[in-house]
Amino acid sequence: MILRLAFASLLARGLTVAMTILAIALSVMLFLGVEKVRTGAKASFADTISGTDLIVGARSGSVQLLLYSVFRIGNATNNMTWESYQDIAENDAVDWIVPISLGDSHRQFRVMGTTTAFFERYKYRSGQSLTVHDGVLMDDLFDATIGSDVAETLGYSIGDPIVVAHGLASFSEHKDQPFRVSGILEKTGTPVDRTVIVSLEAIEAIHVDWQSGAQIPGQSTPADVIRQLDLQPQAITAALVGVKGRLQVFGLQRSINEYAQEPLLAILPGIALQELWQIVGIAETALIAVSAMVIVTALIGMMATIFSSLSERRREMAIFRAMGARPRVIFSLLVLEATVISAIGALLGLALLYLGLLVAQPLIDSAFGLWIPITAPSMREGWVLLSVILAGAIVSMIPAIRAYRMSVADGMMVRI
Amino acid sequence: MPTTAPTLELKDVQFRWPGRAPFELSVPELKLAADETVLLLGESGSGKSTLLSLICGTITAQSGKVAVAGTDIASLSAGKRDRFRAEQIGLIFQQFNLLPFANVRDNILLPLRFAPDRAARVSAPETEADALCRTLGLPDNIMNEQAGKLSVGQQQRVAAARALIGAPPLIIADEPTSSLDASTQSAFLELLFSQSRAHRSTVLMVSHDARLSNQFDRVIHMDDIAHTDRNAP
Repeated sequence: MILRLAFASLLARGLTVAMTILAIALSVMLFLGVEKVRTGAKASFADTISGTDLIVGARSGSVQLLLYSVFRIGNATNNMTWESYQDIAENDAVDWIVPISLGDSHRQFRVMGTTTAFFERYKYRSGQSLTVHDGVLMDDLFDATIGSDVAETLGYSIGDPIVVAHGLASFSEHKDQPFRVSGILEKTGTPVDRTVIVSLEAIEAIHVDWQSGAQIPGQSTPADVIRQLDLQPQAITAALVGVKGRLQVFGLQRSINEYAQEPLLAILPGIALQELWQIVGIAETALIAVSAMVIVTALIGMMATIFSSLSERRREMAIFRAMGARPRVIFSLLVLEATVISAIGALLGLALLYLGLLVAQPLIDSAFGLWIPITAPSMREGWVLLSVILAGAIVSMIPAIRAYRMSVADGMMVRI
Repeated sequence: MPTTAPTLELKDVQFRWPGRAPFELSVPELKLAADETVLLLGESGSGKSTLLSLICGTITAQSGKVAVAGTDIASLSAGKRDRFRAEQIGLIFQQFNLLPFANVRDNILLPLRFAPDRAARVSAPETEADALCRTLGLPDNIMNEQAGKLSVGQQQRVAAARALIGAPPLIIADEPTSSLDASTQSAFLELLFSQSRAHRSTVLMVSHDARLSNQFDRVIHMDDIAHTDRNAP
């Protein structure tokens, strides 16, 4: 009966109560949403590269090597020579090796020279391979395979010409050797989506008439002459390596790191990803902190609402007291009320979150390449909801204590 | 409960509001027998409300005895006093008696929630509440109505039903008719008394309006039984 009366009292103050519930629901939705995005981002981050045992490049930092070789962020400070590459390729432990050559760009996208083995060996989202959405993989020297974001942003389709610019954000273009889009890859949610992939030889080919970063004036070798040249690269940026057995990874890593002829660095992608995430993770913590503050704000809002309702509810409390309710019944009533409000708010927030995910999931995927799986609420989310309800109950004790004191002082006589 | 004991007995009661404006109330003696209907007349500020609070046990006297149905309420702990009030006393206020958001049934049954003994005397609470409403002249099917939507007269009658249910020994009414017009006032009292007599409950009504006097067994003036001092040290 007391429960029914509490509900009736809440219903009677429907509008304020609804607003309070909405504020809590939105804050809970925000918090859980940030959680979802965070775990989704973390998972998709860790899924950026899989199946590769080692990444090899010129000696720098492991995070830096990972950033430029996988995420196409920043630049290599140095290249590794083709000889070193071949030495590593001949190592007994090496099962496969894929060279990568970076440094040129097309519009805002990076151009990567590699071999067709890249398409077999590069794996993402726990072992998924790249697939061609449209067209075929590059076949000819001047063929380019482009990522889905490149195609979408620049509106490219099969057969369109592409002019590669020298360097990044550069005005000097390799105009003499235009490429042709031969294939567009399926969306992956990885940096591959934002990459123009050409053959390793093509990178050499467009630099035939170039020296020290500039085109030799007046010199332009025709494409069919270039085709006849030996386009063996002198240097590459990095290489992805697969080993024959898991146990050989560390041995190979050590031998590359101790390679005498050239300072090289071999990293385990998983470990480097973790290191990188620790850096990115600071933003994640900040996001959580902010959304937690939003919940706190909503709960304080609820407390304020209860406080302001106390004076208009003195009569109600006096009636309860006159009918024999102890002051602690009044206290419990208010805490119960706040608990109900927070519980409804928390559950509504959860419902809104799933509704929002249902609507936004494809949008987020296409806009950010971030796939947020819709799964049943996790234990962690359960704890979050429970904490919100508990915090609501605890926060409401402050006005409840005041109501307790008021009802002791007022008794059953209220002079308004 | 010995039948000879008065339903309400106050003896040498001294009360001072703690820490407030100086106000002292002393009641040398007040006795109400079972079945009696008593009108306590007093101007506003004569200490009526304080007296009622003392009887109901929401405040306690510094000295003297306040006994309801033979029990000195000063001997009870605060929590026990709250339950004792629910068990022994039915209350009707001047107005705004009811929880406006709750339905009539819940309003009438509310005191029983805090008074197990009183509840035990009512074998079928809902039927009893319904019967009380009907004898008090409330329309049928009023039980599910929201109390706040009733007219003032209807609300007062629902409050009367709430005070009467479970037949508490003492019914206290604090100007219950002041919000009603003259003809409704006497009709209300007639209904109240017929029910209180049927349940053998004592009625103590507080008012400043002497016109109702002839309907009561006994009329007491506040000035005759109590002494107030607004300049108490």
